[in-house]
Order: sequence, then C-alpha cells, then structure tokens
Amino acid sequence: MTAPSHRAFDTAVPLEAPEDLAGLEASPAAAAIGVRRRLPPGLILSGIFVAVLIAASIAPSVFTHFDPLVGDFSEGLKPPGWVHLFGTDRLGRDVFARTIFGTRYSLLIGFGGVAVGLGAGIVLGIIAGQRNRILDEAVSRLFDMLSSFPGVLLAMLIVTFLGQGMLNIAIAVGIAGIPKFGRVVRAQTQLIRDADYVTQAAIYGLSRWQVFIRHVLPNVLVAIPIIATVYIGSTILIVSGLSFLGLGPQPPTPEWGVMLAESRDVLRVAWWPGVFPGVAITATVIAFSVIGNHLQQRFEGRLA
Amino acid sequence: MTGSALQKDRAAPIVEVQGLSIGFAGANGDKPIVTDFDLTIRPGECVALVGESGSGKSITARSLLNLAGEGARTAARRFVIKGRDARNFSEADWRKLRGTVTGLVMQDALVSLDPLRTIGQEVAEVISSHRILTNPGAIRDRTLETLGKVGIPNPADRALQYAHQLSGGLRQRALIASAIAADPDLIIADEPTTSLDVTVQAQVLHVLAERIREGAGLLLISHDLAVVAGIADRVIVMRDGRVVDSGPTRDVLTHPRHPYTRQLIAAIPSGQSRGSRLASARFELGAADPAAIAIVREPLPQRRAAGEVVLEVEGIAKSFVAPKAAGRAKSVVLQDISFDVRVGEVVGIVGESGSGKSTCAKIVLGLLPPDEGEVRLLGQPWSSVAEAHRRRLRRKLQYIPQDALSSFDPRYRVSDIIAENLPRSDSRIARLDRIVSLLELVGLNADHLNRLPRSLSGGQRQRVSIARALAAEPAVIVCDEPVSALDICIQAQVLDLLTELQSRLGTALLFISHDLGVIEHLCDRVLVFQNGRIVEQGDAGAVLKHPRHAYTQSLLASVPDIRRGLGTGLAAAHA
Repeated sequence: MTAPSHRAFDTAVPLEAPEDLAGLEASPAAAAIGVRRRLPPGLILSGIFVAVLIAASIAPSVFTHFDPLVGDFSEGLKPPGWVHLFGTDRLGRDVFARTIFGTRYSLLIGFGGVAVGLGAGIVLGIIAGQRNRILDEAVSRLFDMLSSFPGVLLAMLIVTFLGQGMLNIAIAVGIAGIPKFGRVVRAQTQLIRDADYVTQAAIYGLSRWQVFIRHVLPNVLVAIPIIATVYIGSTILIVSGLSFLGLGPQPPTPEWGVMLAESRDVLRVAWWPGVFPGVAITATVIAFSVIGNHLQQRFEGRLA
Repeated sequence: MTGSALQKDRAAPIVEVQGLSIGFAGANGDKPIVTDFDLTIRPGECVALVGESGSGKSITARSLLNLAGEGARTAARRFVIKGRDARNFSEADWRKLRGTVTGLVMQDALVSLDPLRTIGQEVAEVISSHRILTNPGAIRDRTLETLGKVGIPNPADRALQYAHQLSGGLRQRALIASAIAADPDLIIADEPTTSLDVTVQAQVLHVLAERIREGAGLLLISHDLAVVAGIADRVIVMRDGRVVDSGPTRDVLTHPRHPYTRQLIAAIPSGQSRGSRLASARFELGAADPAAIAIVREPLPQRRAAGEVVLEVEGIAKSFVAPKAAGRAKSVVLQDISFDVRVGEVVGIVGESGSGKSTCAKIVLGLLPPDEGEVRLLGQPWSSVAEAHRRRLRRKLQYIPQDALSSFDPRYRVSDIIAENLPRSDSRIARLDRIVSLLELVGLNADHLNRLPRSLSGGQRQRVSIARALAAEPAVIVCDEPVSALDICIQAQVLDLLTELQSRLGTALLFISHDLGVIEHLCDRVLVFQNGRIVEQGDAGAVLKHPRHAYTQSLLASVPDIRRGLGTGLAAAHA
C-alpha cells in the first residue's frame, strides 16, 4: 500500500514544516515550541569551557594548590607529569597553576576592553544612526580612521601614550574595538529608525525623544550581548599579543601572553611552558566565538 | 466546449497521482501533512488548487517536482508522470524532468530570478542545460521566441535587462518564459499573479491561457476563486492537507457540496454583500427553483448618515527628485488631490501600485509634507504646521497598516501595544480595564493580554491593530490594505469587525485597497487614483457599476469575477 518514498532522507528537520501546519487561527508559536532542536556538541563543549574559565578566574586556588608566583629552582623545566600536570617553567613554577591563575587577567582585560569599546561604540553608533547626515559622516569617518590601523598596532600606539598596565591595556583594546561595535550599532539604529513600529509610534503622537527611548534604544540594545560575545574572543587575542610584546601586565604576573614571552628562551629544550598557555588562549578564543556565532545565528532576523 | 473536453479526456494524462501523502520527519507528530490527494492533468487542461495558507496546496504542487522541501517523505498509491512511475525516480531522474516535463512559476519573480543574470540568460540557461539546443545562435533564437511568446515586447532589447529593471508584470512574464523555455508538458504556477495589479494579472493569466490552448497542462495554485473561475477546467479545494471538494469548475463554484467551499464562496466581498455580514454568509437552496442556489447573508447594523467634515485634503501635490547619480530626474507622485472625509463615512481609494495611494496616505498621516496644497484635520491646519503642533491632534487620526506584525515593537506584549495608545493620565487599573474592553470589542479577550504578537495568527494580529487604533478614540482611521494579506475567511471576519465597529462608533475610515470587491462591499464613496491623480470619484456603487472614466472601466474589466468567469449568473439574495 505505501510505496517507498521518493528518496532516502536523513533526519534533518525542515524549518518551514511546522509553520505550514499551523492552521487557520492556530498560533505559530505552538509549532515553534513543539520542535526542540538538540544543541550542537561544539556549543555544549564551549559552554562548559567558558564556565570553567569563569570558575578559574573567580577561585583559582580550587583548581591547584601550587603558588603561581613561587617556584622551586631545583624543580625547573620538569616535563608534564602527575605532580605538575603541565610541567614547570625555568624558575620551577607550576605551569598549570600559572595558566589557571592567568585566566582572570585574560578575562578581566578582555571583558574590560569590550566594555570600553561597546560603551563608546554604542554612543557613537547611535549618534551616527540618526537622520543627521553631517553627524553620520563625521562619526563614520572617525570609524574609518580607527579601523584603518590594524587592531594590535592601534592598541600598541595607545598603550605607548597611556603607559603599561592592565587598565590602560583594556582602554587601548577598547578604543581599537570602537569601529567594530560602532558600525554594528549604527546599522542597527538605522534599521530600527525606519521600522514600521517606529512610524506607528510617531502616529500615536509620541515625541521623537519618547520614540527613541521607548522603541529605538531598547531594540538596538537587544543585539549588544551577542555582538559582545562574538568580539570577546578576538579582544582576548589582542590582549595576549600586547602582553607578549611586554605592553601589558609585567612578569612575574601569570598572564598568558607574558607566559608565552617567557617561554621563548626555553622553547628549544622544553615545549610545555609555551604550548599550554598558547592552547589556553586558542581554546578561549574559539569557545567565545562558537557561543557568539551560535547566538548570532539563533537571533538573526528576530532583532529588527 | 464539450468537444474539446472530450478530446482532453482521451489524451493520455501528463500527471496521474492517487493517494498521495506528504509528511516531514519529526514534524506534526510524524503524521503526514497532506493525505489522500488525487490529481490527473491532461494536455490542454487547467486544474486549480484552491485553499487558504497552510492548507498544503503549495507543498502538494511542489511534490510533483520532488521539491516539497528537505526531509519531505512522500508516498502514493499511484504516481505516474508521462507514463513513467515516479515513485522510484532518483534525484537525477527528477532533475531531467524539471523544466522539460514540468515547469514551475513562483509568486515572486523578483526573488525567483537571479539578480546577476539578464532574463535572456535566465531563459537561455533552461534551454542549454537540458541540451535541447546546442548551437548558440539557435539558443538565442529560441530564447527570443520564448520571450515573445509570453508577450514581452521587443524581446531582443528586453533579453539584455535584469529582473530589477523590469516592471512587475514583465518580470512575472520573464519567469513564465523561463518555466516554459524547454516546452514542458505541465506548467505548475504557484500564486503567479498574487502580487500583481489587476490589469497586469489579466495579462499574465492571458499568457497562461495561451499555453493551455497550445496543449500544455496547467496546475494553478491560487487563493482567489475569481481567478480560478476564469481559467480552470477543474478545481480541487484543499483544507488542512485534505481535498474537501473537487470537480469541474462550474459545478464546484455554483453548486459547492462541501460546507467549507460554500463558506469560501459566500465570504467573497462584492457590491452584493454590501451592508451584510460576510463571515456568516451561507448558501441556501432556492425554494422555488432547487437548481438556483442563493447566498443568504445577515444584515449589519444600519450605518449612520455622514456628518460634518473631519478630514479635508485640498489640492495636494508631491514629487520626488532622484539622487544626483540618477540624474536628478523629477517624478511627480501626486498631483492636485482634493477630497474630504465626513463623520461616519468610509472613503475608499483604489488604484494600481505606483498610483500614489500610499504617498497620499503618508501625507494625510502627517509623515510626509506635501509640496503644495493642505490637509486639514477637524477644521484645523494639519499638514502646514510643525510636528510639535500636530502632536496634540495625533490621537484623532489613527492608522491600520497592512502588515500588523511589523508595526508592533517586537518586545511588546499585546497589553503594552494597546496601552501605549491610551491616555497616560488614566490609572493603571483603569487602563487595564480599558485594554480588556478594547480586546473584547475586537473579538479577543483577556487571555491575549500577555501574548507576544509573533505568537498570534494573522487575523488576531490585525484585530490587535484595530484595537490599538480604537484605543485613541480617533475621528478618522487610515487603513492601508488592512485585509489584503489575509485569507478569504479571515478577511471576511476582519471586514465584518471593521464595518460593525465603524457603524457603531461612527469613526470615519479612509480605506486604501487594490481589491475592488472589498471597496464596493465597504465604502460609501470611492476615489480612483491613476498616475497620482484622481481620475474619478463619487458614490462607490455608482462609480464601480457605471464607471465613466476609461481607466476605471479598464480596471473593472480586468478584475476577475466568478460570475463572468463562469459566464453565468450566481443568484444572490439578502435575508
């Protein structure tokens, strides 16, 4: 009775199907809730990794009993083993402990940098997104100027002016990130500025300021957490690069970039003092990018 | 007619499907979306598939090309295409079939045609990829011939143009050309005229009818029964994935057996349905003549007589200047538009796209300043004053857009949407009471207060939009195509709601629509727009029955009509 289907299909679930099923007055939401997709394993892994990073930056001593700053010279350059999971560096300090304690610096400067970039980017982006062409031109050219330097170079330049240190480096990468955030916010503002519901609000008789506060601003800000997550990874990468060059936290601070720099001299005889912090940086950047990209895809189209 | 019908019956069917079911793995509880669907199409025959959105008509038609979508599972008792059993076709078999045996014409030509290729390339590709012709010169000749066949003037010039450079009608014809370029036996047209103006729709339907006369089969998917009446030999009415009614067009449309089909036909707005409810209209057998079927409708409450003028539009004109790159060409969008709207009156605006209807609405709403002329609201200057001065009068003039969903802030719930348009002086509780009573007024209830508009159906969204407009207790509401995106039954409910509220509250409506049936059903007076001018205005019944201006006449002649399509009178009576 039932003939074989035209084609052997795998288990892919079509997106349109539930919509099509929704009857005359049935709600499409019910259909959307009905199908629960499994999260991709890469995303779950990234989520767990970021959770561990946050835990490690809040309470690093839970993960290790070694002191990240004090080492035993006689234990120098021991390969990874049971006592020293990631081995020891030239001064006999535990690389695992240093990597764990280093998490807070990378995250803190990363978040701080994104916060600075976002704060300035939101304000400038919203200004540029208004209907004033002169303001838009001025701000957009500023963005062009900032983004014409490579991020690392610009941050280096700013650190040279401000001086070394964690706060300054956060400000520096923040400024370097302004055009990225600013352009996204500007585009989002322009999109929402012309949305039908903003026109509708004008028909209610709301003033321009009321319309902006009630309808434009909140809908622009909806996208912010997503943009922020996407860029945290790349910000951390720049921070590590600057630290590597000696522009960030100074030794003996167990910052990942600093650790990489210190490991250079011994790389010929011992790979572990360099590889582990390197892997930590790479994994952190990937984890944040995976989560950010997932959020972006998921909320695509819902934001406008 | 009977001779050709006999001939059609003798010819071997192009497609024969019995007991077709289509489902999607993991969706709908693994139950099929379409069940037990039968279809036979012979050369020179047009079968129409009718039903509301979500009835499964598009998926069914696409499954004839094995394009129902990823993960679709189809099964059939019998599935024969051109004498071959399609149930065991491989993807390669289907690919060979598409274009040569079956051609697909979709609704939106702008997204269906590749923006980076000229329409000539688009059509030539179909011919060359199926290796019908290999000689470039011959392909070119065939391309131009095909473009000419679908009524594209100067095919040699037009072939070099891109989809976005063509008007809607030409674009749709180019899409049809690409579908028929390989001379398929069967054309599947999925709502081919839905986004087109009536006059253009008439031309496109003519092109399709021409193909049928040349011996092609046509599967026409449409929600518009009037379009179907004019072209289809047989009709299949679908609902919830099932065939509820089918048979020769005339039988189905004049003697519909299934209650759903009857409701569908009875809910079509027209001059005859004026003053009565659409949603509750039903078919009834005539007492004297059992063959004659009449539509019985309940009357709506009596409308109030028109009162004083609330909205005056005097000699407005608007033109746009193209940007420098486009040579600063000036295009006149509106010219010398004057009309007024009185209390309790419904004034309709009809016209094709580009006739200036929406620009006129924007100027009336105070969103766009006119170049010349003046709009006055409640006797006070409106278009000539600054926005700050307009603001206190804004509540008196409200708006119901076509797309309700995009007019709602995506973060807002139903209660927030309506609350925003209530006077802020009221207390919270008084406002909540008012919101609930407004929701009840439009046929919703307190359960909808916390719903997000996304989770509402199209009809419910439009009801919320109406409640929002009424919240301001306006004197005039501008309605821009408020029902054109809705299915016929939902459209009937929303139109009933609008007319009833309008007669109860006496709010004046300025009602923009391209659907002359809706205008005739609802409006007291009508303004006919053409190229930014009012070419005719007056009593809606008089203008639409006895149009004086040539443009109105051609507009009316292009509107497909069930009665005219069937060449017969459908008796109608009022209860």
